Amino acid sequence: MKLNLRIWRQDGPEDSGRLVAYRVDDADEDMSFLELMDVLNEKLILDGEEPVAFDHDCREGICGACSMVINGEPHGPQKATTTCQLHLRHFRDGETITVEPFRASAFPVVKDLVVDRSSFDRIIASGGYISAPTGAAPEAHATPVPKPNAERAFTAAACIGCGACVAACPNGSASLFLGAKITHLGELPQGQPERSDRVIRMVKTHDAEGFGGCTNTGECAVACPKEIPLDVISQLNRDYLTASTHRR
Amino acid sequence: MSSRSGVPYTDFVVGSPLADTAAPDGPIETRWERRRFGVKLVNPANKRKMKIIVVGTGLAGGSAAATLAELGYQVSSFCYQDSPRRAHSIAAQGGINAAKNYRGDGDSIHRLFYDTVKGGDFRSRESNVHRLAEISVQIIDQCVAQGVPFAREYGGLLDTRSFGGAQVSRTFYARGQTGQQLLLGAYQALERQIDAGGVTMYPRHEMLELIVVDGRARGIVARDLVTGETRSHLADAVVLASGGYGNVFYLSTNAKGCNVTASWRAHRKGAYFANPCYTQIHPTCIPVSGDHQSKLTLMSESLRNDGRVWVPQKAGDTRAPGDIPEAERDYFLERQYPAFGNLVPRDIASRAAKNVCDAGRGVGPTGLGVYLDFADAIARLGRPAVAAKYGNLFQMYQRITGEDPYEVPMRIFPAVHYTMGGLWVDYDLQSTVPGLFVIGEANFSDHGANRLGASALMQGLADGYFVLPNTIGDYLARGVEPVTADAPEVREAEAAVAARVEKLLSIDGDRTVDSFHRELGHLMWDHCGMERTAEGLHKALDRIPELRREFWQSVKVPGSAATLNQSLEKAGRVADFLELAELMCLDALHREESCGGHFRAESQTEDHEAARKDDEFSYVAAWEFTGQGSAPVLHKEDLHFEYVTPSQRSYK
Repeated sequence: MKLNLRIWRQDGPEDSGRLVAYRVDDADEDMSFLELMDVLNEKLILDGEEPVAFDHDCREGICGACSMVINGEPHGPQKATTTCQLHLRHFRDGETITVEPFRASAFPVVKDLVVDRSSFDRIIASGGYISAPTGAAPEAHATPVPKPNAERAFTAAACIGCGACVAACPNGSASLFLGAKITHLGELPQGQPERSDRVIRMVKTHDAEGFGGCTNTGECAVACPKEIPLDVISQLNRDYLTASTHRR
Repeated sequence: MSSRSGVPYTDFVVGSPLADTAAPDGPIETRWERRRFGVKLVNPANKRKMKIIVVGTGLAGGSAAATLAELGYQVSSFCYQDSPRRAHSIAAQGGINAAKNYRGDGDSIHRLFYDTVKGGDFRSRESNVHRLAEISVQIIDQCVAQGVPFAREYGGLLDTRSFGGAQVSRTFYARGQTGQQLLLGAYQALERQIDAGGVTMYPRHEMLELIVVDGRARGIVARDLVTGETRSHLADAVVLASGGYGNVFYLSTNAKGCNVTASWRAHRKGAYFANPCYTQIHPTCIPVSGDHQSKLTLMSESLRNDGRVWVPQKAGDTRAPGDIPEAERDYFLERQYPAFGNLVPRDIASRAAKNVCDAGRGVGPTGLGVYLDFADAIARLGRPAVAAKYGNLFQMYQRITGEDPYEVPMRIFPAVHYTMGGLWVDYDLQSTVPGLFVIGEANFSDHGANRLGASALMQGLADGYFVLPNTIGDYLARGVEPVTADAPEVREAEAAVAARVEKLLSIDGDRTVDSFHRELGHLMWDHCGMERTAEGLHKALDRIPELRREFWQSVKVPGSAATLNQSLEKAGRVADFLELAELMCLDALHREESCGGHFRAESQTEDHEAARKDDEFSYVAAWEFTGQGSAPVLHKEDLHFEYVTPSQRSYK
């Protein structure tokens, strides 16, 4: 199949950037979207041009590295699918596709489609963990976890940290990402001792990193390739309110 | 030197034998305890002054960096990804083994040890494997304490399942995303230490050289992949946790960025490379669909618990699977291996699939595929139960192939998955370069020639959380001399990196890096893959040096060194793969036996099963680098089996 691409090119953080038109004539519907980018890049290199920089790694939909906005949607039009798992069979022959980086002030562009998402790491560093020094753990069966809690914790823990939620949000909020971690750890007995401190610290970091506030538009959950449910944000708000009012 | 079959091949020299002097002898059950008691301890006040570099942030590197910082050392952690959370351990689906015996089905530390030594086809070390089985129990406790959401029974206790090759239910799992959850546990522990100031994190940094001063590993030269700046980082010890090198085959289940550069640079600086030809071939991957393909996707081996593997009985039968009646199907694993059926170990399942495809009975557009059929399981358990167990895997399959596995059988084919070879280490996980420790997939010690399902996650976390943090202190406690950035060895390493980068950018030829990588991959899969012959390996050994020359004459790397340049990153990695590939073929050629995932066509039993030759090859082949184009030296470490007597594996 033949595809027309309009791709965001930006030399570096200081460059203003622009959309550049390309064409790929020998695309195959079994290709993933990233393989289409590979084909384009091979052509650009042989033509003496710089290939398009983009983040990717596992290409199995789990590492969360790939981060592009395709036709206006983070990870493209396919529900619950990362860009690396998006296949060209979902596009029409001759279609024009616009490809841009994730846009949010907390995700500055590094080059072309590559953005800096280290703010997510700093949010986790400020409380997204259970303090469990190595070697001192009690016997695993000493603390049973009811299956429904374990299931909900898992559903929230499935977040891959890709940032699509932020890119989809009109406010550039990372509440879905934050709520997912709060819910994962808050659902487990092991996570209780640090529960209040965790949410206070993580929300503070979230705001300091330049993410916006949540106004419940729900775009984040629609864009999430792992279908993290919107109710993790309610959990986040509930935990935050409780912690703010009853903090020891 | 020539091979015993009289065919001359690339020279190598047999050097002095190698021994693991760190491993205690005596009763195997107490070796680890005795080693831990025997190590020198570092005073807490001194730990604060000591620096350790950890390269890689997967299960091994992430857990090691977090634990070393907890102990009080100053840790610098490096990864090439934008975040440590993206290391490829995250993609492991199936599970992690532990000898908890929660099911009361007869499991024990000894049985896990026994199964692992046997599963590795008697090419791993008994001492290391026993330690791994012991620690497996603690790993589960540690991960549960961190909040890893393992699957649970209704009463709240941990659930387990059985996994390829094992007859007990000892695999702990978190849906089909166990690796992700274990990695996030280690990553969160790491981030906690970053926040606490114990770890300095260097994401988007790639190690390009090892710094060796007075024979000891003293640091690395790393390139900041965003600014292009290369800089030396010095330390009292260096830990490599940089994963495996399956991407030498171009197509593999590894992440695109997985590479051998850190290990290879260390090899060139004196670290022996052990058993490089040992490759794990995973039986259940989605088949290749075309030349554009950039990687292979693994489907969890747990699918074999309920899926039945079959092909049409007749060669060239192109009917849709639903149109082929039961009587005209060959459930070849159940037929050939009635005791284990679809759950035979990976190497056996992989080769059986390859054999039926070679006989023209493969399915799908390329003929390189076999069916993995869930129709019986759906009929027996109902669709909701099957969906509960494998739903996300089914979704993933459908997304990639456009086919619905609830309606038509999946198509699968073996693919390169995990490398058992790696840098040689002793029982303390120290390489032949003092002060250089190697953990996880990057070392060679625990898996032998083959790897049991759910044992890689176990090894990564055992090494990182429990083994290395104990053994590295013994080295550090003996004292390390100070070294400064103006030492000639440091300057030399920096100059070597700069020269290589400049050379790659200046060639400006007419072939892309990927085109070289793809050609190398084809060569390796054809001649050093699942089935190997002396003839094929000779062909590869003739072609690889030519390909390497072509690479250094005609590769085209656009852009500059002073910016994010992904072509340059790839070029450096492929350059190293081009050297490693030759050593892999040489190792495969000299090992004239079939072993694990490695089937040497010249060494088979009457009924075409792999024939190991214990009397000749019961050793680790550790290779010493002696210079480009110069014959490597082979050091043999003899393997001793006191507790598990080597026997031909039979799954009939």
